[in-house]
Amino acid sequence: MSPAIDISGVTQRYGTLTALDNVCFQVERGEMFGLIGPDGSGKSTLYRILATLLAPDSGTATVCGLDTVKDYSELRTVIGYMPEKFSLYQDLSVSENLKFFASLFGVSVKENYDIIAPVFAQLERFPNRRAGALSGGMKQKLALSCALIHRPEILLLDEPTTGVDAVSRSEFWDMLSTLREKGITILVSTSYMDEANRCERIALIDKGKILRVNTPDGLVTGLDENLYNASSSSMFELLTKLRQLPEVEDCYTFGATLHVVGRKGFNPVAVRDRLRYEGLSDVEVYPAKGDIEDLFIKLTR
Amino acid sequence: MNTDKVISVRNLTKRFGSFTAVDHISFDVDKGEIFGFLGANGAGKTTAMRMLCGLSLPTDGDGQVAGCDIISQSEEIKKRIGYMSQKFSLYSGLTVEENVKLFSTIYGMSSLQIKDSSASLFRDLGMEDMRRAYVKDIPVGWRQKLAFAVATIHKPEVVFLDEPTGGVDPVTRRKFWELIYKASSEGMTVFVTTHYLDEAEYCNRISIMVDGRISALDSPAALKEKYHVSTIDEVFRIVAQTAKRGD
Repeated sequence: MSPAIDISGVTQRYGTLTALDNVCFQVERGEMFGLIGPDGSGKSTLYRILATLLAPDSGTATVCGLDTVKDYSELRTVIGYMPEKFSLYQDLSVSENLKFFASLFGVSVKENYDIIAPVFAQLERFPNRRAGALSGGMKQKLALSCALIHRPEILLLDEPTTGVDAVSRSEFWDMLSTLREKGITILVSTSYMDEANRCERIALIDKGKILRVNTPDGLVTGLDENLYNASSSSMFELLTKLRQLPEVEDCYTFGATLHVVGRKGFNPVAVRDRLRYEGLSDVEVYPAKGDIEDLFIKLTR
Repeated sequence: MNTDKVISVRNLTKRFGSFTAVDHISFDVDKGEIFGFLGANGAGKTTAMRMLCGLSLPTDGDGQVAGCDIISQSEEIKKRIGYMSQKFSLYSGLTVEENVKLFSTIYGMSSLQIKDSSASLFRDLGMEDMRRAYVKDIPVGWRQKLAFAVATIHKPEVVFLDEPTGGVDPVTRRKFWELIYKASSEGMTVFVTTHYLDEAEYCNRISIMVDGRISALDSPAALKEKYHVSTIDEVFRIVAQTAKRGD
Protein backbone atom coordinates (compact mmCIF):
# COMPACT_ATOMS: atom_id res chain seq x y z
CA MET A 1 0.00 0.00 0.00
CA SER A 2 1.23 3.50 -0.82
CA PRO A 3 2.23 5.74 2.08
CA ALA A 4 -0.41 8.13 3.44
CA ILE A 5 1.61 11.09 2.21
CA ASP A 6 4.66 11.06 -0.05
CA ILE A 7 6.37 14.37 -0.74
CA SER A 8 9.24 14.27 -3.17
CA GLY A 9 11.43 17.24 -4.12
CA VAL A 10 8.68 19.82 -3.70
CA THR A 11 9.79 23.40 -4.38
CA GLN A 12 7.55 26.45 -4.35
CA ARG A 13 8.59 30.04 -5.04
CA TYR A 14 6.71 33.28 -4.57
CA GLY A 15 8.63 35.82 -6.63
CA THR A 16 12.16 35.82 -5.21
CA LEU A 17 11.13 34.00 -2.02
CA THR A 18 11.61 30.24 -1.90
CA ALA A 19 8.77 29.12 0.36
CA LEU A 20 9.58 25.41 0.02
CA ASP A 21 13.00 24.18 -0.99
CA ASN A 22 13.24 20.59 -2.22
CA VAL A 23 11.03 19.17 0.52
CA CYS A 24 10.98 15.36 0.84
CA PHE A 25 9.34 13.17 3.49
CA GLN A 26 6.78 10.42 3.89
CA VAL A 27 3.98 9.89 6.37
CA GLU A 28 2.93 6.29 7.03
CA ARG A 29 -0.70 5.18 7.22
CA GLY A 30 -2.14 5.64 10.68
CA GLU A 31 0.65 7.90 11.86
CA MET A 32 0.37 11.05 13.97
CA PHE A 33 2.96 13.19 12.21
CA GLY A 34 3.97 16.68 13.30
CA LEU A 35 5.28 19.44 11.05
CA ILE A 36 7.03 21.78 13.41
CA GLY A 37 8.49 25.17 12.61
CA PRO A 38 8.05 28.91 13.20
CA ASP A 39 5.72 31.28 11.32
CA GLY A 40 6.90 31.78 7.76
CA SER A 41 8.81 28.49 7.57
CA GLY A 42 6.58 27.13 4.76
CA LYS A 43 4.12 24.97 6.69
CA SER A 44 0.95 26.49 5.25
CA THR A 45 2.31 26.41 1.70
CA LEU A 46 2.93 22.70 2.07
CA TYR A 47 -0.64 22.21 3.34
CA ARG A 48 -2.03 24.14 0.37
CA ILE A 49 -0.12 21.83 -1.98
CA LEU A 50 -1.35 18.69 -0.20
CA ALA A 51 -4.92 20.04 -0.22
CA THR A 52 -4.61 20.57 -4.03
CA LEU A 53 -5.08 24.33 -3.73
CA LEU A 54 -1.64 25.04 -5.14
CA ALA A 55 0.45 23.17 -7.71
CA PRO A 56 4.14 23.10 -6.78
CA ASP A 57 6.70 24.71 -9.11
CA SER A 58 8.58 21.41 -9.13
CA GLY A 59 8.49 18.04 -7.41
CA THR A 60 5.52 15.82 -6.69
CA ALA A 61 3.29 15.01 -3.76
CA THR A 62 0.83 12.15 -3.37
CA VAL A 63 -1.82 11.48 -0.74
CA CYS A 64 -2.95 7.82 -0.48
CA GLY A 65 -1.20 7.29 -3.81
CA LEU A 66 -3.15 10.09 -5.51
CA ASP A 67 -1.16 12.85 -7.19
CA THR A 68 -1.99 16.36 -5.91
CA VAL A 69 -2.02 17.75 -9.47
CA LYS A 70 -3.29 14.94 -11.73
CA ASP A 71 -5.74 13.33 -9.31
CA TYR A 72 -6.86 16.44 -7.46
CA SER A 73 -10.57 15.72 -7.70
CA GLU A 74 -10.42 12.25 -6.19
CA LEU A 75 -7.77 13.33 -3.70
CA ARG A 76 -10.13 15.91 -2.19
CA THR A 77 -12.46 13.14 -1.05
CA VAL A 78 -9.81 11.33 1.02
CA ILE A 79 -8.57 14.37 2.95
CA GLY A 80 -10.08 16.51 5.68
CA TYR A 81 -8.36 19.91 5.61
CA MET A 82 -8.52 22.44 8.40
CA PRO A 83 -6.74 25.65 7.43
CA GLU A 84 -5.17 27.92 10.02
CA LYS A 85 -7.72 30.67 9.53
CA PHE A 86 -11.27 29.85 10.68
CA SER A 87 -13.07 29.22 7.40
CA LEU A 88 -16.57 28.07 8.19
CA TYR A 89 -19.64 30.15 7.41
CA GLN A 90 -19.99 32.53 10.35
CA ASP A 91 -23.63 33.32 9.54
CA LEU A 92 -24.69 29.68 9.45
CA SER A 93 -25.49 27.81 12.64
CA VAL A 94 -23.47 24.95 14.07
CA SER A 95 -25.75 22.31 12.57
CA GLU A 96 -26.10 24.16 9.23
CA ASN A 97 -22.33 24.25 8.81
CA LEU A 98 -22.09 20.56 9.56
CA LYS A 99 -24.91 19.68 7.14
CA PHE A 100 -23.38 21.88 4.45
CA PHE A 101 -20.02 20.11 4.59
CA ALA A 102 -21.70 16.69 4.73
CA SER A 103 -23.78 17.45 1.63
CA LEU A 104 -20.71 18.67 -0.28
CA PHE A 105 -19.29 15.17 0.07
CA GLY A 106 -22.63 13.42 -0.46
CA VAL A 107 -22.85 11.94 3.03
CA SER A 108 -25.33 12.43 5.86
CA VAL A 109 -24.42 13.68 9.32
CA LYS A 110 -26.29 10.73 10.81
CA GLU A 111 -24.37 7.96 9.04
CA ASN A 112 -20.98 9.44 9.98
CA TYR A 113 -21.82 10.78 13.40
CA ASP A 114 -19.67 8.17 15.17
CA ILE A 115 -16.50 9.64 13.68
CA ILE A 116 -17.15 13.21 14.86
CA ALA A 117 -18.73 12.23 18.19
CA PRO A 118 -15.59 12.66 20.34
CA VAL A 119 -15.07 16.17 18.93
CA PHE A 120 -18.65 17.31 18.50
CA ALA A 121 -20.01 16.20 21.89
CA GLN A 122 -19.50 19.62 23.52
CA LEU A 123 -21.26 21.40 20.62
CA GLU A 124 -24.40 19.27 20.71
CA ARG A 125 -25.93 21.54 23.31
CA PHE A 126 -26.23 24.54 20.97
CA PRO A 127 -26.97 23.37 17.42
CA ASN A 128 -28.64 26.69 16.54
CA ARG A 129 -25.89 29.04 17.61
CA ARG A 130 -24.23 30.96 14.77
CA ALA A 131 -20.68 29.77 14.13
CA GLY A 132 -19.48 33.37 14.37
CA ALA A 133 -20.78 33.60 17.95
CA LEU A 134 -18.82 30.60 19.24
CA SER A 135 -15.76 30.93 21.47
CA GLY A 136 -12.34 30.19 20.01
CA GLY A 137 -12.18 26.68 21.41
CA MET A 138 -15.68 25.82 20.15
CA LYS A 139 -15.00 27.23 16.68
CA GLN A 140 -12.00 24.97 16.49
CA LYS A 141 -14.06 21.91 17.45
CA LEU A 142 -16.72 22.76 14.88
CA ALA A 143 -14.09 23.25 12.18
CA LEU A 144 -12.56 19.88 13.04
CA SER A 145 -16.02 18.23 12.96
CA CYS A 146 -16.67 19.70 9.50
CA ALA A 147 -13.27 18.45 8.28
CA LEU A 148 -14.12 14.96 9.56
CA ILE A 149 -17.75 14.50 8.55
CA HIS A 150 -16.99 12.72 5.25
CA ARG A 151 -14.77 10.17 7.04
CA PRO A 152 -11.45 11.18 5.46
CA GLU A 153 -8.47 8.83 5.54
CA ILE A 154 -6.12 11.72 6.23
CA LEU A 155 -6.55 14.80 8.37
CA LEU A 156 -4.51 17.86 7.39
CA LEU A 157 -4.50 20.27 10.34
CA ASP A 158 -2.66 23.55 9.89
CA GLU A 159 -1.76 25.10 13.26
CA PRO A 160 -4.95 24.10 15.06
CA THR A 161 -3.59 25.13 18.47
CA THR A 162 -2.18 28.59 17.70
CA GLY A 163 -3.26 31.19 20.27
CA VAL A 164 -4.98 28.55 22.38
CA ASP A 165 -4.13 28.25 26.08
CA ALA A 166 -2.17 25.30 27.43
CA VAL A 167 -5.14 23.44 28.93
CA SER A 168 -7.29 23.65 25.78
CA ARG A 169 -4.26 22.71 23.69
CA SER A 170 -3.75 19.61 25.74
CA GLU A 171 -7.44 18.65 25.37
CA PHE A 172 -7.19 19.15 21.62
CA TRP A 173 -4.23 16.79 21.43
CA ASP A 174 -6.18 14.21 23.44
CA MET A 175 -8.96 14.45 20.85
CA LEU A 176 -6.44 13.92 18.05
CA SER A 177 -5.15 10.80 19.79
CA THR A 178 -8.71 9.42 19.88
CA LEU A 179 -9.09 10.05 16.14
CA ARG A 180 -5.78 8.42 15.45
CA GLU A 181 -6.92 5.32 17.33
CA LYS A 182 -9.84 5.16 14.90
CA GLY A 183 -7.25 4.71 12.15
CA ILE A 184 -7.11 8.24 10.73
CA THR A 185 -3.69 9.48 9.62
CA ILE A 186 -2.96 12.95 10.97
CA LEU A 187 -0.54 15.55 9.65
CA VAL A 188 -0.58 18.41 12.15
CA SER A 189 1.54 21.55 12.15
CA THR A 190 2.47 23.73 15.10
CA SER A 191 4.90 26.42 16.13
CA TYR A 192 4.81 25.21 19.75
CA MET A 193 7.84 22.94 19.96
CA ASP A 194 6.67 21.37 23.23
CA GLU A 195 3.83 19.76 21.28
CA ALA A 196 6.35 17.62 19.38
CA ASN A 197 6.15 14.99 22.08
CA ARG A 198 2.49 14.34 21.25
CA CYS A 199 3.49 13.09 17.76
CA GLU A 200 4.93 9.75 16.71
CA ARG A 201 7.29 11.36 14.23
CA ILE A 202 8.19 14.94 13.44
CA ALA A 203 9.62 16.94 10.58
CA LEU A 204 11.38 20.11 11.72
CA ILE A 205 11.04 22.85 9.11
CA ASP A 206 12.72 26.25 8.83
CA LYS A 207 12.91 28.70 5.91
CA GLY A 208 11.33 26.17 3.55
CA LYS A 209 13.80 23.40 4.32
CA ILE A 210 13.22 20.19 6.24
CA LEU A 211 15.95 20.12 8.91
CA ARG A 212 15.27 16.67 10.38
CA VAL A 213 12.69 13.88 10.37
CA ASN A 214 12.65 11.56 13.38
CA THR A 215 10.79 10.42 16.50
CA PRO A 216 10.72 12.93 19.39
CA ASP A 217 13.26 10.83 21.33
CA GLY A 218 15.43 10.23 18.28
CA LEU A 219 15.66 13.95 17.59
CA VAL A 220 17.17 14.87 20.94
CA THR A 221 19.55 11.90 21.25
CA GLY A 222 23.09 13.07 21.84
CA LEU A 223 22.17 16.71 22.45
CA ASP A 224 23.07 16.52 26.14
CA GLU A 225 26.72 15.61 25.48
CA ASN A 226 27.95 19.19 25.78
CA LEU A 227 24.91 21.01 27.13
CA TYR A 228 24.83 22.70 30.55
CA ASN A 229 22.51 24.82 32.67
CA ALA A 230 23.81 28.03 34.20
CA SER A 231 21.91 30.16 36.68
CA SER A 232 22.46 33.25 38.79
CA SER A 233 20.35 36.06 40.20
CA SER A 234 21.86 38.43 37.59
CA MET A 235 20.88 36.60 34.43
CA PHE A 236 21.76 39.34 31.95
CA GLU A 237 25.25 39.74 33.38
CA LEU A 238 25.74 35.96 33.45
CA LEU A 239 24.72 35.70 29.80
CA THR A 240 27.14 38.46 28.78
CA LYS A 241 30.04 36.90 30.73
CA LEU A 242 29.47 33.34 29.51
CA ARG A 243 29.48 34.49 25.89
CA GLN A 244 32.96 35.91 26.36
CA LEU A 245 34.45 32.59 27.49
CA PRO A 246 36.47 30.80 24.77
CA GLU A 247 35.20 27.35 25.85
CA VAL A 248 31.57 28.44 25.31
CA GLU A 249 30.29 27.78 21.81
CA ASP A 250 26.81 29.19 22.39
CA CYS A 251 24.75 30.48 25.29
CA TYR A 252 21.07 31.36 25.28
CA THR A 253 18.17 31.89 27.66
CA PHE A 254 16.16 28.81 28.60
CA GLY A 255 13.47 29.68 31.12
CA ALA A 256 14.78 29.63 34.67
CA THR A 257 18.35 28.93 33.51
CA LEU A 258 20.67 29.67 30.62
CA HIS A 259 21.70 26.83 28.32
CA VAL A 260 25.39 26.69 27.57
CA VAL A 261 26.83 24.70 24.67
CA GLY A 262 30.40 23.81 25.64
CA ARG A 263 33.33 23.37 23.31
CA LYS A 264 35.77 20.47 23.78
CA GLY A 265 37.38 20.78 27.22
CA PHE A 266 34.47 22.66 28.81
CA ASN A 267 34.67 22.07 32.54
CA PRO A 268 31.52 23.11 34.43
CA VAL A 269 33.26 23.32 37.79
CA ALA A 270 36.09 25.48 36.42
CA VAL A 271 33.62 27.78 34.66
CA ARG A 272 31.52 28.14 37.80
CA ASP A 273 34.56 28.97 39.95
CA ARG A 274 35.82 31.50 37.47
CA LEU A 275 32.46 33.31 37.28
CA ARG A 276 32.20 33.30 41.07
CA TYR A 277 35.69 34.78 41.26
CA GLU A 278 34.53 37.49 38.83
CA GLY A 279 31.78 38.51 41.22
CA LEU A 280 28.74 36.40 40.32
CA SER A 281 28.76 34.73 43.72
CA ASP A 282 25.64 32.59 43.28
CA VAL A 283 26.46 30.99 39.89
CA GLU A 284 25.65 27.32 39.37
CA VAL A 285 26.71 25.31 36.29
CA TYR A 286 25.46 21.74 35.82
CA PRO A 287 24.52 19.30 33.03
CA ALA A 288 21.29 19.93 31.07
CA LYS A 289 19.01 17.67 29.08
CA GLY A 290 18.39 18.98 25.59
CA ASP A 291 14.97 19.34 24.01
CA ILE A 292 13.62 20.12 20.54
CA GLU A 293 14.25 23.84 20.96
CA ASP A 294 17.93 23.16 21.67
CA LEU A 295 18.05 21.07 18.52
CA PHE A 296 16.33 23.76 16.47
CA ILE A 297 18.80 26.37 17.74
CA LYS A 298 21.72 24.07 16.97
CA LEU A 299 20.52 23.31 13.45
CA THR A 300 19.78 26.94 12.57
CA ARG A 301 22.89 28.43 14.19
CA MET B 1 1.82 54.70 47.66
CA ASN B 2 5.10 52.88 47.99
CA THR B 3 7.39 54.32 45.31
CA ASP B 4 9.00 50.92 44.61
CA LYS B 5 5.66 49.61 43.40
CA VAL B 6 5.14 50.39 39.76
CA ILE B 7 1.78 48.64 39.65
CA SER B 8 -0.48 48.37 42.67
CA VAL B 9 -4.16 47.38 42.43
CA ARG B 10 -6.77 46.52 45.03
CA ASN B 11 -10.05 44.67 44.39
CA LEU B 12 -9.94 45.57 40.72
CA THR B 13 -13.25 44.49 39.18
CA LYS B 14 -14.90 44.78 35.77
CA ARG B 15 -18.46 43.74 35.04
CA PHE B 16 -20.14 43.63 31.66
CA GLY B 17 -23.85 43.40 32.48
CA SER B 18 -24.25 40.35 34.69
CA PHE B 19 -20.87 38.95 33.66
CA THR B 20 -17.92 39.61 35.97
CA ALA B 21 -14.88 39.49 33.69
CA VAL B 22 -12.42 40.54 36.40
CA ASP B 23 -13.40 39.75 39.97
CA HIS B 24 -11.68 41.68 42.80
CA ILE B 25 -8.02 41.14 41.93
CA SER B 26 -5.25 42.66 44.05
CA PHE B 27 -1.52 42.58 43.41
CA ASP B 28 1.66 44.68 43.30
CA VAL B 29 4.52 44.70 40.82
CA ASP B 30 7.93 46.08 41.87
CA LYS B 31 10.24 48.35 39.93
CA GLY B 32 12.45 46.35 37.57
CA GLU B 33 10.41 43.20 38.04
CA ILE B 34 9.51 40.84 35.17
CA PHE B 35 5.93 39.89 35.95
CA GLY B 36 4.20 37.11 33.98
CA PHE B 37 0.43 37.43 33.69
CA LEU B 38 -0.97 34.01 32.79
CA GLY B 39 -4.42 32.51 32.42
CA ALA B 40 -6.59 30.41 30.15
CA ASN B 41 -8.43 31.98 27.20
CA GLY B 42 -11.38 33.89 28.62
CA ALA B 43 -10.01 34.09 32.17
CA GLY B 44 -10.02 37.90 32.10
CA LYS B 45 -6.37 38.74 31.30
CA THR B 46 -7.10 41.14 28.46
CA THR B 47 -9.81 42.97 30.42
CA ALA B 48 -7.48 43.35 33.41
CA MET B 49 -4.63 44.56 31.23
CA ARG B 50 -6.90 47.12 29.53
CA MET B 51 -7.72 48.59 32.93
CA LEU B 52 -4.03 48.77 33.86
CA CYS B 53 -3.29 50.61 30.62
CA GLY B 54 -6.05 53.18 31.15
CA LEU B 55 -8.12 51.87 28.24
CA SER B 56 -11.05 50.75 30.37
CA LEU B 57 -12.33 51.98 33.73
CA PRO B 58 -12.92 49.49 36.55
CA THR B 59 -16.46 48.89 37.84
CA ASP B 60 -15.01 48.56 41.31
CA GLY B 61 -11.65 48.72 43.09
CA ASP B 62 -8.73 51.06 42.54
CA GLY B 63 -5.05 51.16 41.80
CA GLN B 64 -1.99 53.01 40.53
CA VAL B 65 0.17 52.34 37.50
CA ALA B 66 3.44 54.24 37.01
CA GLY B 67 2.40 56.70 39.69
CA CYS B 68 -1.00 57.47 38.13
CA ASP B 69 -4.42 56.66 39.49
CA ILE B 70 -6.08 54.25 37.08
CA ILE B 71 -9.46 55.96 37.44
CA SER B 72 -8.77 59.69 37.68
CA GLN B 73 -5.57 59.73 35.59
CA SER B 74 -6.33 57.13 32.93
CA GLU B 75 -5.18 59.48 30.15
CA GLU B 76 -1.88 60.33 31.87
CA ILE B 77 -1.09 56.60 32.26
CA LYS B 78 -0.89 56.16 28.51
CA LYS B 79 2.09 58.52 28.33
CA ARG B 80 3.94 56.73 31.09
CA ILE B 81 3.67 53.15 29.89
CA GLY B 82 4.85 51.23 26.85
CA TYR B 83 2.64 48.68 25.09
CA MET B 84 3.46 46.02 22.53
CA SER B 85 1.29 43.20 21.22
CA GLN B 86 2.01 40.43 18.78
CA LYS B 87 -0.95 41.36 16.60
CA PHE B 88 -0.37 45.04 16.25
CA SER B 89 2.85 46.83 16.94
CA LEU B 90 4.21 48.52 13.85
CA TYR B 91 2.81 49.81 10.57
CA SER B 92 4.20 47.44 7.94
CA GLY B 93 3.60 49.89 5.09
CA LEU B 94 5.75 52.57 6.72
CA THR B 95 9.53 52.56 6.83
CA VAL B 96 11.53 51.79 9.97
CA GLU B 97 12.27 55.49 10.43
CA GLU B 98 8.66 56.56 9.86
CA ASN B 99 7.41 54.13 12.50
CA VAL B 100 9.86 55.46 15.06
CA LYS B 101 8.86 59.03 14.27
CA LEU B 102 5.14 58.26 14.37
CA PHE B 103 5.22 56.52 17.74
CA SER B 104 7.53 59.03 19.41
CA THR B 105 5.21 61.82 18.26
CA ILE B 106 2.22 59.96 19.68
CA TYR B 107 4.09 59.66 22.99
CA GLY B 108 4.39 63.43 22.95
CA MET B 109 8.15 63.72 22.48
CA SER B 110 9.59 66.95 21.06
CA SER B 111 11.33 66.90 17.67
CA LEU B 112 14.69 67.39 19.36
CA GLN B 113 14.05 64.46 21.72
CA ILE B 114 12.91 62.35 18.78
CA LYS B 115 16.07 63.12 16.84
CA ASP B 116 18.31 62.14 19.76
CA SER B 117 16.33 59.07 20.78
CA SER B 118 16.01 57.67 17.29
CA ALA B 119 19.72 58.16 16.58
CA SER B 120 20.65 56.15 19.66
CA LEU B 121 17.90 53.61 18.98
CA PHE B 122 19.23 52.85 15.49
CA ARG B 123 22.78 52.69 16.81
CA ASP B 124 21.91 50.37 19.72
CA LEU B 125 19.89 48.06 17.49
CA GLY B 126 22.48 48.11 14.71
CA MET B 127 19.75 49.16 12.29
CA GLU B 128 21.30 52.29 10.81
CA ASP B 129 21.36 50.89 7.28
CA MET B 130 17.75 49.68 7.53
CA ARG B 131 16.22 53.05 8.37
CA ARG B 132 14.60 53.47 4.98
CA ALA B 133 13.40 49.86 4.59
CA TYR B 134 9.71 49.10 4.84
CA VAL B 135 8.85 47.22 8.02
CA LYS B 136 7.15 44.49 5.97
CA ASP B 137 10.46 43.79 4.19
CA ILE B 138 12.65 43.28 7.26
CA PRO B 139 13.08 39.85 8.94
CA VAL B 140 10.82 38.96 11.87
CA GLY B 141 13.65 39.10 14.42
CA TRP B 142 14.46 42.69 13.48
CA ARG B 143 10.80 43.60 13.43
CA GLN B 144 10.41 42.38 17.00
CA LYS B 145 13.48 44.21 18.25
CA LEU B 146 12.22 47.36 16.59
CA ALA B 147 8.71 46.94 18.02
CA PHE B 148 10.14 46.64 21.52
CA ALA B 149 12.45 49.62 21.03
CA VAL B 150 9.54 51.71 19.73
CA ALA B 151 7.29 50.67 22.63
CA THR B 152 9.97 51.85 25.05
CA ILE B 153 11.39 54.86 23.19
CA HIS B 154 9.87 57.29 25.72
CA LYS B 155 11.59 55.41 28.59
CA PRO B 156 8.39 54.32 30.35
CA GLU B 157 8.49 52.97 33.89
CA VAL B 158 6.61 49.88 32.79
CA VAL B 159 6.09 48.12 29.49
CA PHE B 160 3.11 45.83 28.80
CA LEU B 161 3.81 42.98 26.41
CA ASP B 162 0.76 41.06 25.18
CA GLU B 163 1.85 37.69 23.80
CA PRO B 164 4.94 39.23 22.22
CA THR B 165 6.47 35.99 20.93
CA GLY B 166 3.58 34.01 19.37
CA GLY B 167 4.65 31.88 16.41
CA VAL B 168 8.20 33.15 16.52
CA ASP B 169 11.14 30.74 16.10
CA PRO B 170 13.12 29.67 19.19
CA VAL B 171 16.20 31.72 18.32
CA THR B 172 14.26 34.97 17.81
CA ARG B 173 12.15 34.25 20.88
CA ARG B 174 15.30 34.03 22.99
CA LYS B 175 16.79 37.19 21.55
CA PHE B 176 13.57 38.91 22.52
CA TRP B 177 13.86 37.68 26.10
CA GLU B 178 17.39 39.05 26.21
CA LEU B 179 15.95 42.48 25.42
CA ILE B 180 13.55 42.00 28.32
CA TYR B 181 16.36 40.96 30.68
CA LYS B 182 18.37 43.98 29.61
CA ALA B 183 15.45 46.39 30.10
CA SER B 184 14.73 44.87 33.50
CA SER B 185 18.38 45.10 34.57
CA GLU B 186 18.17 48.82 33.73
CA GLY B 187 15.17 49.23 36.05
CA MET B 188 12.24 48.96 33.66
CA THR B 189 9.25 46.94 34.87
CA VAL B 190 8.00 44.33 32.40
CA PHE B 191 4.43 43.02 32.49
CA VAL B 192 4.05 40.15 30.03
CA THR B 193 1.39 37.64 28.91
CA THR B 194 2.29 34.46 27.05
CA HIS B 195 0.91 31.07 26.05
CA TYR B 196 4.40 29.57 26.10
CA LEU B 197 4.59 28.29 29.64
CA ASP B 198 8.32 27.65 29.39
CA GLU B 199 8.60 31.43 29.03
CA ALA B 200 6.90 31.89 32.39
CA GLU B 201 10.17 30.62 33.87
CA TYR B 202 11.89 33.81 32.72
CA CYS B 203 9.70 35.88 35.02
CA ASN B 204 10.57 36.90 38.58
CA ARG B 205 6.98 36.25 39.57
CA ILE B 206 3.88 35.01 37.77
CA SER B 207 0.17 35.15 38.41
CA ILE B 208 -2.41 32.73 37.04
CA MET B 209 -5.94 34.00 36.44
CA VAL B 210 -8.90 31.64 36.62
CA ASP B 211 -12.50 32.83 36.09
CA GLY B 212 -11.64 36.48 36.68
CA ARG B 213 -9.63 35.91 39.87
CA ILE B 214 -5.94 35.48 40.57
CA SER B 215 -5.67 31.87 41.74
CA ALA B 216 -1.90 31.70 42.12
CA LEU B 217 0.83 34.31 42.46
CA ASP B 218 4.46 33.67 43.32
CA SER B 219 7.91 33.04 41.85
CA PRO B 220 8.02 30.12 39.37
CA ALA B 221 10.23 28.14 41.76
CA ALA B 222 7.88 28.65 44.73
CA LEU B 223 4.82 27.67 42.67
CA LYS B 224 6.49 24.47 41.44
CA GLU B 225 7.39 23.61 45.00
CA LYS B 226 3.90 24.38 46.28
CA TYR B 227 2.25 22.06 43.74
CA HIS B 228 5.04 19.44 43.88
CA VAL B 229 5.71 19.52 40.13
CA SER B 230 8.75 20.25 37.98
CA THR B 231 7.34 22.61 35.33
CA ILE B 232 5.10 25.67 35.17
CA ASP B 233 3.11 23.82 32.53
CA GLU B 234 1.99 21.36 35.23
CA VAL B 235 1.30 24.16 37.71
CA PHE B 236 -0.86 25.87 35.10
CA ARG B 237 -2.84 22.71 34.44
CA ILE B 238 -3.52 22.11 38.10
CA VAL B 239 -4.58 25.71 38.74
CA ALA B 240 -6.51 26.31 35.50
CA GLN B 241 -8.38 23.01 35.82
CA THR B 242 -10.50 24.53 38.57
CA ALA B 243 -12.12 26.89 36.02
CA LYS B 244 -15.91 26.80 35.90
CA ARG B 245 -16.28 29.40 33.20
CA GLY B 246 -16.55 27.64 29.81
CA ASP B 247 -14.29 28.76 27.00
